[in-house]
Formats: sequence, C-alpha cells, structure tokens
Amino acid sequence: MSNLQLLVDAPILLVQLIVDGLLVGAIFALAAYGMALVWGVMNVINVAQGEFVMIGGYVAYAIYTLGIHPLFGVPAAALFLFVLGWAIYRLVIFRVVDRDLFISLLATFGLSILIQQLLNQIFTSDVQSADAGLDTLFLFNGLVTVSEIKLVAFALTFVIAVCLVVFLKSSRLGQAIRATAQNARAARILGIDTDRVYAATYALNAALCGAAGALVAMTWVIQPFQGLAYTVRSFMIVVVAGLGNLPGVIVAALGLGAAEQLAGFILGAEFQIAFVFGLLVVVLLARSYRLRRKRQYLK
Amino acid sequence: MRPNARTFVGYAALAVAGLLGPLVLPAYTTQFAFLWVMVVFALTWDVLGGQMGYNSFGNVVYFGIGMYVCAIVQVAPFTDLAEYTSAYGTQDIGLSHLQYYAGLAAGCLVAAVVAVAVAFVLGSGILGLRGHYFAICTLGLGIAAGEIAAGIDIIGAGSGMVTPLYPGEIDARNRFFYYLCFALAVVTFFTLRRLYAGRFGLAINAIRDDEDKAEAMGIHTTRYKTVAWCIAAFFLAISGGLVGNMVGFIDPTDVAFSAATFGVWMVLMAILGGKGTIWGPVLGAVIFHVTQELFWTYLLGWQRVALGLSIVLIVIFFPQGIVGWLRERFPERFGPRIEAASEQAGEPAR
Repeated sequence: MSNLQLLVDAPILLVQLIVDGLLVGAIFALAAYGMALVWGVMNVINVAQGEFVMIGGYVAYAIYTLGIHPLFGVPAAALFLFVLGWAIYRLVIFRVVDRDLFISLLATFGLSILIQQLLNQIFTSDVQSADAGLDTLFLFNGLVTVSEIKLVAFALTFVIAVCLVVFLKSSRLGQAIRATAQNARAARILGIDTDRVYAATYALNAALCGAAGALVAMTWVIQPFQGLAYTVRSFMIVVVAGLGNLPGVIVAALGLGAAEQLAGFILGAEFQIAFVFGLLVVVLLARSYRLRRKRQYLK
Repeated sequence: MRPNARTFVGYAALAVAGLLGPLVLPAYTTQFAFLWVMVVFALTWDVLGGQMGYNSFGNVVYFGIGMYVCAIVQVAPFTDLAEYTSAYGTQDIGLSHLQYYAGLAAGCLVAAVVAVAVAFVLGSGILGLRGHYFAICTLGLGIAAGEIAAGIDIIGAGSGMVTPLYPGEIDARNRFFYYLCFALAVVTFFTLRRLYAGRFGLAINAIRDDEDKAEAMGIHTTRYKTVAWCIAAFFLAISGGLVGNMVGFIDPTDVAFSAATFGVWMVLMAILGGKGTIWGPVLGAVIFHVTQELFWTYLLGWQRVALGLSIVLIVIFFPQGIVGWLRERFPERFGPRIEAASEQAGEPAR
C-alpha cells in the first residue's frame, strides 16, 4: 500500500498509469467485441477466446523470428485465425450451436485447454514478445513515457473497429449476420444460410482475436497460459457493456485497462491477475444484485 | 431401495477389493489412494455439475483451501509458521505419532469447516448467477485463488509449503493414507446417495430441469444451491488435507489450486462416467485414473493436450456418459425403476 502514498505525492505517476492502461485497454476491446459478436449471434460463450488471442500473438512472434517486421503479423494473424476459426467451427462449434448451454460451454472450455497445451508444447511456457523496434516518446520532461508501438496499436484498434462497423452495417454478409442475431429462424426463412453466417461470425471473431493477439505480442508479452485472463476480461467487458454495443465495449475496455494498471501498481504486480478475476466476481455480483431486487437474473 | 442379494454381493465385493487392494499390490498403494481421491473429485463435481446443472470450473478452490488450512493447523501449534515456511521444509518439527494423528484430524476438520464457510459466503453471492455467468465466474475463481495464495508470504507464497513428516516408515504411511482416502470416498458416496434419494436430491434436480418453475413451486433455490456447494466443499476440503499430506509438498498453482490438472479432471471424469448419476462419476474416475496411470506416460508431455481433446470429444459425441448410455441402451437393466421412483417421489423415509 506504500505505493498509494507515492501516487498521492507524485500525481504524474497516475497519468503514466492511466495512459498505459488506456492504450492496453483498446486491445481488450477487440477481443471483447469478438466475444460479444459470437455471443449475440450464436448464443455461445467462447471460453477459448483468450487462447485465440495467444495464437495470434504467437503468429506475430513467429513472423518476428523469421526476420519480418512484426506489424505484418497483425494481418497475418488475422488471416490465420480466420481460417482456423472457420475450421474450428466446421469441426466442433457447429455441433454445439443449437444444443444447450452446458455443452457449448464445456466444449469451448475443452478447446481452450487443448489450444493452451498445444501452444505450451510447441512454444514452451517461456514468456515471449515481438519487438517492433519503435522508439519511446517522452512527455512532461520524461516523467511520462509512451512507447510508440502502443500508440500504433491503439490507432490500429480503432481502424479495425471502424472497418468492422462498416462491414456489419453495409456488406451483404454483415447484414446477414445482424439478421441472424435478431432472429435466426426468420433469417432462415428469408433464405439466409445461417450455418454459413455462424461460420463467418466465428471466424471473424477469431480474426479479431488474432489481430488483438498480434498487438499484445508487440506491446506486452505472450505466454501459453495467459489466455484465460483475456477470456475473463472480454467476458467482463461484455457483461458491463451489453451485447451489440460497440461504444460501450470500447469505453468498458479502456476503463478496465486503466483500472488494471492502477491495481497492479497499488497492490503489486503479482496481484494484477488476481485483481482481474476478483473484479469479474465483483462485477457479476453487482449486476445480479441489482437485478435480483427486480426478481430478475442475468440472461 | 430394498437391499437384494445381488446388490449386497456387489457392494461386498467392492469393499473387499478396496480393503485388500494395497495388501495384494503394495507397490501401487499411492496410486490406489489417488484413485479414491479422484472418485471424491468426480462425485463432488457432480453435485453441482450433474445433479443441479450448474457448471462449476472452480471447485478446485475448496480442494486448495482444505490443503492449506490442514497444513497450517498441523504445523502452527508446534512451531512458528512464518519461520517454518521460510525454511522451505528443512525445518523438521519431529511430531510424535499422537501429535501427528491429532494434528491431521484437527486439520481436516478445520479445513472442512473453513471451506464450508467460504462456500457459504461465495455461494450465497455467486449462486444467484445462472448459466454462462456462473460458469465463467467460477472459472475466474480457481485462478484467482491460486494467484492470491502465491502472493501470501506466511504460507510460503510462490515457493509453496511442506507438510509435516509422517512419524513412521514409508509403507505404513502410504497404507495409512490409502485407508483414509478409501474411507473418505465411501463416506462421500453413501452420503450423496442418501441425499439424492431424499428431498434435497429432488430439489436440486428440479433446479436443473427448470429453475424458474422450481422457484415458483416454493423451493428456496439459492439456499439449496448454496447447501449443495457447501456439501461439495466439505468433502473436497478433507480430500485436500489428505492429498497435501500424501504429496508432502503444497505448490499454490500446481498442486493446491491446480485448475489445469485436478480442476479439469473433475469435469472430465464426471462427464465421462455420466453426469447426474451416482455411479457415473465413480466409474468415470476409475476409468480415467487407470487410463492415465497406464498409458499417459507414453504420451511424453502431450497428456494435457490429449486431456483437452478428450473433453471436446466426450462433450460433443458422448455427453450422456457411460452410465447415461447404458440407461438408454439397456433401460430394463439400468434404467430408473418404478418402485424406487415411487419411493423417492414421496416424503423421505426419515
């Protein structure tokens, strides 16, 4: 708690933490929006979300070790994950979409274990990162440092988000996705191949996660077992923001990023992950407490 | 259920096998002991996961709590805890037989009480959540508990904690823990069987089938759900205390709050055997543990990959489990019986 005193004494540290948090939070928003998409369209909670992020990170890392600039890892990871997501849908997810929640949860949970351990076997459990080789900006006489790659990642996130919105609003497939989310049966009657829509949605989600993962590999670190934290973060953000609410997702994600950095600083870095999971419990309880007074529950 | 001769012979044969197992094959005593622990894992997961329809990925929390609390109760009366943990197991507190047994008994008891208290507090909050929300919440719980335990210095933080040495030779120690685990599994089995046969079982099955209707029928759903979780926590905590002593070393994330091994195994074993049945988890645990002991060393580190794959395959293609499949395939032999059903539907016998 001595760090709390430090924050009071030197408020400039607060600026540093919040800037860091906001920049990291934008990346969470990508994965969270993907989760909201799959959840809203297919009514499946993808527990393997964080593992997709990690695969994306490892794609960028692999490209980096080949000597190519890791920024190319963002499209590469998105493409790779799109194909992988489609394959996973065709192999596993389509069998669980219309079945009860219990099965889809457990199946994606199994997938997450599978991917986690595969990554562990291939890349070992060492922490990795891909160095983009960009400079660091010094603001306020060097009291606040911002690495340029984080700014690039932040900007890229918004570019991807805008592309996604335009895609969902105006493209044929995007409209089909939104129609299926509103009412799958009616969409089928109107001639939409909902199975293909589901596959596209799941693949799109995986691609979003892949892009997020590539950005994580450049701005932060990746490790096979860190995926779960991204799943939980995405879930938390979606619960706070609600389904189909992109501005809400972005705000919640930025807020979570900042809160996490602050907590990591005040409680100590070893409790940062514990804070994320603890916050999840608190957020869910707060939501369910408010609903319970109205005799309702989270749906 | 009327005890007919055939079931009696069946139970007697199992009891004899359980009692004589370590005497016939003394080299495998520890593996057999773990077999019973696995049975406890699967049975306790099934209370929520199978009978109540609530996916819990975080039951391993109570296992870890039991392990730590038991070890603390065993060590704390005889030496300074902080000193003991900072010595990384080099400090031998040299317990006598009486001290050891008393410490273990007290440890398991306190562990169970603490775990039930934690389950009550957590349960009355997060069991108000349903479906997805509860599952993801418990997923976070298991990891958070491990991370927190790894940050607390007095219980050894990330470098873990060593449990007291058994005052006796290694064979006697193995046999001692084997019979404790066996007894725990038997007690868990019969307690749950009794509970499922009565009002409690009907209530939690009603919650699984339709929670809103159950509530409309006047069942205090959150209360029943919390009690169910407390029961699971009780047995898991005791098994945690025993396993901690059997392994001899408590690592916060790899042994105590090991979501990637024990936490996942519980789920897999219960589903493999058939969730929502009493014999399913037992059968699943036995099959899983035997397979694991026999074949998994040949997988050379790919065990956990195989674990994930088998969860996906079982959940998708075989969600009813072995016992569920038997019930569908041979209803006249394994299906629910009418006499038994009419007895269950009335008031519980006592």
